[in-house]
Amino acid sequence: MITCRDLYGFLDDYLAGALDLPARLAFQAHLAICSACRRYLRSYEATLAAAKSAEAAPPEAPPEKLVQAILAARRATSSPGTKAAR
Amino acid sequence: MFASPAPEAELLAALRAGDDHAFETLVRTHSGRMLSVCRRILRNDEEAKDAVQEAFVSAFRAIRSFEGTCQLATWLHRIAVNACLMRLRSRKRRPEESIDDLLPTFKDNGHAAVEPRDWSPSALQLVETRETRDFVRDCIDRLPEIYRTVLLLRDIEELDTAEAATVLGVTEGVVKVRLHRARHALRKLLSERFEVRA
Repeated sequence: MITCRDLYGFLDDYLAGALDLPARLAFQAHLAICSACRRYLRSYEATLAAAKSAEAAPPEAPPEKLVQAILAARRATSSPGTKAAR
Repeated sequence: MFASPAPEAELLAALRAGDDHAFETLVRTHSGRMLSVCRRILRNDEEAKDAVQEAFVSAFRAIRSFEGTCQLATWLHRIAVNACLMRLRSRKRRPEESIDDLLPTFKDNGHAAVEPRDWSPSALQLVETRETRDFVRDCIDRLPEIYRTVLLLRDIEELDTAEAATVLGVTEGVVKVRLHRARHALRKLLSERFEVRA
């Protein structure tokens, strides 16, 4: 039987579906008897979901000034030594 | 010429031919998303804009050698990530901080030393608010740089382990260990608020 310490070590591979069958069965057997690890797993998954949600950026049109600076930089690449200003 | 999004192959051919309209289409289509990526990694608007510009310049130079084995968006995303990492490396480094205090601890018998609470329902509800999203981002930023970066690359930018290892110049094993520690540490930081409200 694996311990809580072992289970914590397997969390990422478990969530990635990367555990082989014996390890996955041992992981699930521990979860079945350990409410503390079930709680930890749920909060660990919530951590990943919260990070993803917090960092999600709505689609945004690029600032026109930036677009023009990039296009100017492209033109400047054929003229060594010049740098486009934003 | 490219008023509507051009099929990728057609756009790529035009880019390789040096078509000005094609380059403008490329920039207008992808720079907004690339700016979001650079803002996430650099946390500085001006630096993010500079990184986007640098990324496009790199892309323009490399467009003829782009083999089309992935989508242009994916290719540009990787270039933008690289531009950001170059900038992070050039920043004055802070002494590396330990995150051991944020990692789980165990008793001698291997059981968790602290009884965890399940705050997932409150977290997922609260993260809908702007204040909570700001709090989560602040917690990510409290991670030491090597952990923050790997968390962003793997969990937010969705690079796989091999890709993250390549851009960071470390082994895949190092990426896995850092990601593991970063996730546990972030969980601990989030617990400070979410446990109270659970």
